[in-house]
Amino acid sequence: MAALPHTLLLSAGILGVLVVASVVGRVLKLKVAAGARHAVIDNLNARVKAWWLMVAVIGLALLAGKGGVIVLFAFASFVALREYTTIAPTRRGDHWVLLASFFVVIPFQYALVWMEWYGFYSIFIPVYGFLILPTIAALRGEVRDFMQRTATLQWGLMICVFCISHVPALLTLDIPGYADRNAFLLVFLILVVQSSDVLQYVWGKIYGRTKIAPQVSPSKTVEGFFGGVATTTLLGAALWWITPFTPLQAGVISLGLALMGFLGGLVMSAIKRDRGVKDWGSMIEGHGGMLDRLDSVCFSAPIFFHVVRYWWSA
Amino acid sequence: MSMLSDALGSGITGFTRLVTGAQARWIGCAPSAVQRIYFANHASHADFALIWASLPYDLRVRTRPVAGADYWEQGRIRQYLIHEVLRGVLIERAGHARSRNPIEIIVAALDMGDSLIVFPEGTRNTTDEVLLPFKSGLYRTASMRPDVQLVPVWMENLGRVLPKGEIIPVPLLCSVNFGAPMKLEPGEDKATFLERARRALLDLAASIRPQ
Repeated sequence: MAALPHTLLLSAGILGVLVVASVVGRVLKLKVAAGARHAVIDNLNARVKAWWLMVAVIGLALLAGKGGVIVLFAFASFVALREYTTIAPTRRGDHWVLLASFFVVIPFQYALVWMEWYGFYSIFIPVYGFLILPTIAALRGEVRDFMQRTATLQWGLMICVFCISHVPALLTLDIPGYADRNAFLLVFLILVVQSSDVLQYVWGKIYGRTKIAPQVSPSKTVEGFFGGVATTTLLGAALWWITPFTPLQAGVISLGLALMGFLGGLVMSAIKRDRGVKDWGSMIEGHGGMLDRLDSVCFSAPIFFHVVRYWWSA
Repeated sequence: MSMLSDALGSGITGFTRLVTGAQARWIGCAPSAVQRIYFANHASHADFALIWASLPYDLRVRTRPVAGADYWEQGRIRQYLIHEVLRGVLIERAGHARSRNPIEIIVAALDMGDSLIVFPEGTRNTTDEVLLPFKSGLYRTASMRPDVQLVPVWMENLGRVLPKGEIIPVPLLCSVNFGAPMKLEPGEDKATFLERARRALLDLAASIRPQ
């Protein structure tokens, strides 16, 4: 099986969906909203527009190869960590820890991914960051809320840097009979997880009645959850031809990804509620911040990476 | 303004925007070309640059920061920055030998038609207090030029980007929030006015903060 026909078919599929979404959005705006302001439809159109941009950026990064993908996700980590620390309660004594997080930990983690040093990048933040960063904070001498501050920053690094770095790490897996096609794994992960978000949103908007976690995320419904997860599983199974999986395996893995993505959205929502903000930022129009878009990827990427690595890689 | 200082000004505002992801939110007023005194909370050296970066270009060139001479007159670089780039209005702060009344200097700058940026706390706030008590300068200026709009400006997070004594900024997201203009009421005494102004800034802060 050659990679090129797959690339063309997949690209055509993604562009086709975006074109349909854009046309539907335009029609809704004209027919339902009659050209006037309409919160839901305007937001839908803003989201579709942002999707065009995101698809273009990811596509360009993939064309540029491993380096391009690593730079893109290092930047995503940077923006995500910035959004996270902006609403995290830190103190003056954390200044050096924050500097180290942004300017040492992020470049180092992605350099390790570039070097394909699995044994180090999978423990760098959980072990070395975990031990060294609190030491820096302690040396600065500020003890107030020390445990909370340390735990908060470590959690942020795990989510925003460690977890996200597992997306480009997919390119480094060595899968027999799948040489030079790892980029499809990355596309599969992002397609399945993001489709799951979109499908849960669409099912919820159409059939949503029962809130699944009203205290944490008022937009998540039982109907949206089951409808979204079921259709995501089918979609993932239908994409088996770009993966090293059988259709059944692709479906089961997609089910797992949809569930992890849902949990990611839930946990990240809990943090937003705790801090009293609606969105993580305003970087991506219609979507909110980087973390609003990547919350589900943060939770699913490491699991996907390890599933593939354990059962499929050499 | 020479080309170099103009370019430096743009450089400073551009860099500040990049590092802070600065978002200007005009909550209580529009960025219009009327004479104003922007009074803001003061937490870092980058405060001037950030307010400056939030103003549209045509307003920015007509807005001058009021700054402490004791800090800015030290060294050639600071002097160049404050005089040529920021076009600062330098005053001698309380506790330092004063050769001229600072209010006279501020009023003279207003009479040239420019808007001003002031930090009524008088110094950078490095305490756990949200906002320090105001010095009387804002009241004395307002009582001499009561027609100038007083606009509260709350800067969120900048103290965390570059705390006092640090050199390298942390790239957190900041916002600059412009509140509703206020004026000195006829017959309003100093304590009442200063408390009202401080309250306006605190209310603005509360309105944009989580919780």
